[in-house]
Amino acid sequence: MSEVLELAESVLSGSSSTGTDLDAALWRALEETGLARLTLAEAAGGSGASFADAAEVLQATGAHAARVPLVETDLLAGWLLHSHGIAVPDGPLTAVAADGDTLTRVAWAREVAGIVVLTPSEVLLLTVDGLEITAGANLAEEPRDTVTRPEVVAARADLAPGAAAEFRLRAALGRAQLLAGAARGALARTVRYAGERVQFGRPIGKFQAVQQQLALAASEVAASGAAASAAAATADRDGFGAPSTAFAVAAAKARTGEAAGEVARIAHQVHGAIGFTREHDLRLLTTRLWAWRDEDGSDAQWQAELGATVLAAGAEALWPLVTGTP
Amino acid sequence: MTSTLSRLPALVPPPTELPPRAAALRAEVRAFLAEERAAGAWSPRADVWLSGWDERFTRELGRRGWLGMTIPVEYGGHGLGALDRYVVTEELLAAGAPVAAHWVADRQIGPTLMRFGTEEQRRRYLPRIAAGECYFGIGMSEPDAGSDLAAVRTKAVQVDGGWELTGTKVWTSGAHHAHAFFALARSAPKDDANRHAGLSQFIVDLDSPGVQIRPIPLLTGAHHFNEVVFDRVFIPDAQVLGELGGGWAQVTGELAFERSGPERFLSTFPLLTALLGELTGVSGTEREVGRIVSRLWTLRRMSLAVAGSLESGEAPELAAAVVKDLGTRFENEIVDAARTLVAIPPDPGAESGFARLLADAVLHAPGFTLRGGTNEVLRGIVARGMGLR
Ligand SMILES: Cc1cc2nc3c(=O)[nH]c(=O)nc-3n(C[C@H](O)[C@H](O)[C@H](O)COP(=O)(O)OP(=O)(O)OC[C@H]3O[C@@H](n4cnc5c(N)ncnc54)[C@H](O)[C@@H]3O)c2cc1C
Repeated sequence: MSEVLELAESVLSGSSSTGTDLDAALWRALEETGLARLTLAEAAGGSGASFADAAEVLQATGAHAARVPLVETDLLAGWLLHSHGIAVPDGPLTAVAADGDTLTRVAWAREVAGIVVLTPSEVLLLTVDGLEITAGANLAEEPRDTVTRPEVVAARADLAPGAAAEFRLRAALGRAQLLAGAARGALARTVRYAGERVQFGRPIGKFQAVQQQLALAASEVAASGAAASAAAATADRDGFGAPSTAFAVAAAKARTGEAAGEVARIAHQVHGAIGFTREHDLRLLTTRLWAWRDEDGSDAQWQAELGATVLAAGAEALWPLVTGTP
Repeated sequence: MTSTLSRLPALVPPPTELPPRAAALRAEVRAFLAEERAAGAWSPRADVWLSGWDERFTRELGRRGWLGMTIPVEYGGHGLGALDRYVVTEELLAAGAPVAAHWVADRQIGPTLMRFGTEEQRRRYLPRIAAGECYFGIGMSEPDAGSDLAAVRTKAVQVDGGWELTGTKVWTSGAHHAHAFFALARSAPKDDANRHAGLSQFIVDLDSPGVQIRPIPLLTGAHHFNEVVFDRVFIPDAQVLGELGGGWAQVTGELAFERSGPERFLSTFPLLTALLGELTGVSGTEREVGRIVSRLWTLRRMSLAVAGSLESGEAPELAAAVVKDLGTRFENEIVDAARTLVAIPPDPGAESGFARLLADAVLHAPGFTLRGGTNEVLRGIVARGMGLR
């Protein structure tokens, strides 16, 4: 296990599983250990780490179904502000791309210290005082709120070229890590359950039919983790402006989104009826899989985008695109 | 939530980046393949590593230093790493180039001889393998021992100066063209308490007296498979491979190499390229194309990660099983996509092109999820890796 993952695991193992609000104790621990602003530049109070490191932390966060706006604070809001010359405020943050006055489905809006808005021409920092926030939620009951934007903003800057495209890719890259982690967490739980639940006199995990299902889920989990990690490595190597990173992120979000449904399906099947109840913690992972696969571009949207890229490039360009070597 | 992450083994090693020198090698291979295709030396086929037997092409690869790449220079190889070889093989497969003649020798026999072979065996075979002049088969399966390899019945009886083999091997790809193969046989009576003991590997020159090779045509009618019958075939002591009685560990030890390579997801890649050609200018297929490409890109990164881990001396058996299960199912998905996205029926009589590639792919597809260990058996390995068995 890498050092950063070990640190993340030790912090995350203290997270609490109930509730739908921000896990404040966990957030404090993430702040104290530097994990909350892992990729943010050191000049902005971050740790200046690679996306590969962030991938490990975010996958662990997803596996623990942790209730913290880590992608939003680190990969999106912190980066947007810093790269546009705006000081990054303390506390949890969120970010949203919007062109009207009403911001919809803003992740964690009611829990954060600041909301960063990426408009077609500007980057705005809204502090939360005086904002009208209507609570909303995704399938996992994570806050996805509606915010009415006031006239007053705390800071603003002209949008840098390429920032909007990078924002989209960062959001999808972060979400892909969370998806890969949640898939892994759901499998780990399910394997454990299959070893404990006894039917017909043996643990159900001893039945070959159940083993085959779990192995299928494992291959989806493996693909999910490999795709998410490889996309992070590509972003580290080539940067977000490179076509190779756009390709890798699209492929990773599409693949993790596709795996999510299959892993959740098998996890529920193996858990039997108990996993289908509110009292069982499996739902914390499977509802996240179902929610996150449709956020920051659904797998269908990224598939279509990837397909359009490939078809426009022509048949002979497919292999060079896949290998990242023209 | 309690820590559950650490209870699962890593299913795939971390991502591997190719060394910088790989780009130049890749460019060289691509240029060579483009030249050959332009000259009409061969046309892309599906499942080339089973069906594309072309000894001229193989010798040409040998001349260019693209066979036996990981074999040390003193044995005629090139002393390069697994990742260099990876780049060359994935380019060959993606192009649909005829690689069957050297496939088994280059992938398996070379590395196995380096690991278990005697000095004499290495000197006898390796330089010719690296030159593309010596071809091998694999003699593991038997009529009653496919998935249950420990059930092999071919018997090796000790005689003066060596062993006598009697029995039957089936599904032996390429045996009718090959110079030799590795035969797994029982050299000690079966012990039901330890079924894996008493198995040994022998290097059998296929022109030895007492060897009979009979064709088993595939669905295409083509001859790739064989039944190989031994009737008291004499194998000198010098042709025992590795340790007597150590056959089981030897054959299973190499499986990570055999199971995770690019051939486990690229068998139908030439069909995918042809499919994209048919789809140019057709709208409405973006999503399905993107879905396939996201899977393909992911599989390649997984396979590469396993190759990187092999290069650093690990044997990621679990990851290799995962890659092979996903990869071979993916090979079939391309066939389904080709059928559903384009209304061109498969034509086994066509010389080349989409209809011919589709015909070959449909008829070859059942083999993808069988050869090298069936997907059901692989899933059993994954289940064991997760602690379920
Ligand atoms: C294209 C191709 C090339 C090949 N080349 C070679 C070669 O060169 N040399 C060689 O030695 N062999 C070769 N083989 C043989 C191959 O290794 C065997 O086909 C394979 O090991 C399966 O054995 P079988 O065909 O006897 O199937 P069986 O073992 O009879 O299996 C039949 C079915 O039962 C399932 N099954 C069996 N046991 C179990 C179990 N315990 N749990 C769950 N399911 C089970 C299998 O998954 C399969 O679906 C080749 C096969 C193919 C298709």
